[in-house]
Amino acid sequence: MKTILNDQQLAITIQRLSHQLLENHLNLENTVLIGIQPRGIFFSNRIVKEIVKQIPAEKIQYGKLDITFYRDDVRQGLHTLNQTDISFSIENKNVVIIDDVLYTGRTIRAALDALLGFGRPAKVELCILIDRRFSRQLPIQADYIGKSIDSIITQKVKVFWKEKDEKDEVVLVE
Amino acid sequence: MNLSTKHLLGIRDLNPEDIQLILDTAIQFKEVLQRPIKQVPTLRDITIVNLFYENSTRTRISFELAEKRLSASTINFTASGSSVSKGETLLDTVNNILAMKVDMVVMRHSASGAPHFLAKHIPASIVNAGDGINEHPTQALLDAFSIREKLGSIRGRKIALVGDIMHSRVALSNIYLLKKLGAEVTVVGPPTLIPKYISDAFDVRVEYNLKKALEWCDVANVLRIQLERQNQVLFSSLREYSLAYGINKKILNSLKKEIIIMHPGPINRGVELDSDAADSRQSIILQQVENGVAVRMAVLYLLAGTKAENN
Repeated sequence: MKTILNDQQLAITIQRLSHQLLENHLNLENTVLIGIQPRGIFFSNRIVKEIVKQIPAEKIQYGKLDITFYRDDVRQGLHTLNQTDISFSIENKNVVIIDDVLYTGRTIRAALDALLGFGRPAKVELCILIDRRFSRQLPIQADYIGKSIDSIITQKVKVFWKEKDEKDEVVLVE
Repeated sequence: MNLSTKHLLGIRDLNPEDIQLILDTAIQFKEVLQRPIKQVPTLRDITIVNLFYENSTRTRISFELAEKRLSASTINFTASGSSVSKGETLLDTVNNILAMKVDMVVMRHSASGAPHFLAKHIPASIVNAGDGINEHPTQALLDAFSIREKLGSIRGRKIALVGDIMHSRVALSNIYLLKKLGAEVTVVGPPTLIPKYISDAFDVRVEYNLKKALEWCDVANVLRIQLERQNQVLFSSLREYSLAYGINKKILNSLKKEIIIMHPGPINRGVELDSDAADSRQSIILQQVENGVAVRMAVLYLLAGTKAENN
């Protein structure tokens, strides 16, 4: 087991990513943030917490998306459903999808299809904490990357959050 | 985390975990029904036949909508205008349809046990949409969902089922489900419409006095008086029935607390339920209909999930 980011590095990375987001989306005026259930939510909650230091909370449009219905392996076993909460329109908005780990790209492909059910966004960007590069099975890429790592198929990236695991850490497990 | 059965034939065969799973899944589907595009592609590999040997508008449309919102392919079969009038048997009809590679059958039939018979003979998953005077499981599930939505929980709640209990599959399914989830149930109606040993068989109270039952309950689920039965000397006339057991705003206002009014539909306005009660703030009848689609989507989704296990 190898630590990719310890709690300090994780905090700084989250800070940097939220600043990068604000750099490209001034005041988040025409932008919505969408966290992917179940694990991306912990990450997106932290991003929003950082952003709130710069932009008042009422101006931030933040939603949660569960992609279970759009999975391409939906018939291979029953997956737990989580809550989708997108109480605003995404029509003509800039959407930033936020998830913790980008691996094969299938989750994000499903998220893009799911978003179509909510309207036609002007633009969709992807903000990811850990990019397992060269592991994509679909042509998907991230726009904001916390850390890029090399990994092989037998390894797994585990992200621990204080809220649920009592520590902040990202590790690579064999 | 899966349903313990391959079919939904009745609440009788479900355990409380199955019921919880269906109700929790239905919450997510209710959210889908609020989206601009109310459709998810999950069941696009599934074909479902709606086999309705008995008339129905509400249930059939509700199932059809649920199937279409899940992107399943649907076929509708109604007995009139089909080979059933030429004398084709139930098994033949279904096997012919299955030969065309149908995955699930949603069935309503006037004979109690018809879906159970079918389940023994065909490989598809079967959903009982009402069989004779036996069960109507999806109605009970959507009733429970609606109660939980309104009151937060079912355990310990007091539910009164009012009307023709003897001939009501909605009543029986509701009794099974409410008891499995820990509610208290009282059945209310004239003695001619309540089965004799029901309180021994199901641990439910029997009450012949409507006002007493309404004072006791948190929720009154009002069942339709079947007009066909008025000539069977089970009650003297519809008017007398409604004088003794009809629910109206006046009775509701006379109670110490505000109770919730439910009805599976269609309502005989002025018989079991007056318009001033049916359309009042206390009635969740239209929410029941809305929840029906979400609950049926949950049932179809979970049953389709078991298809993978069996292949």
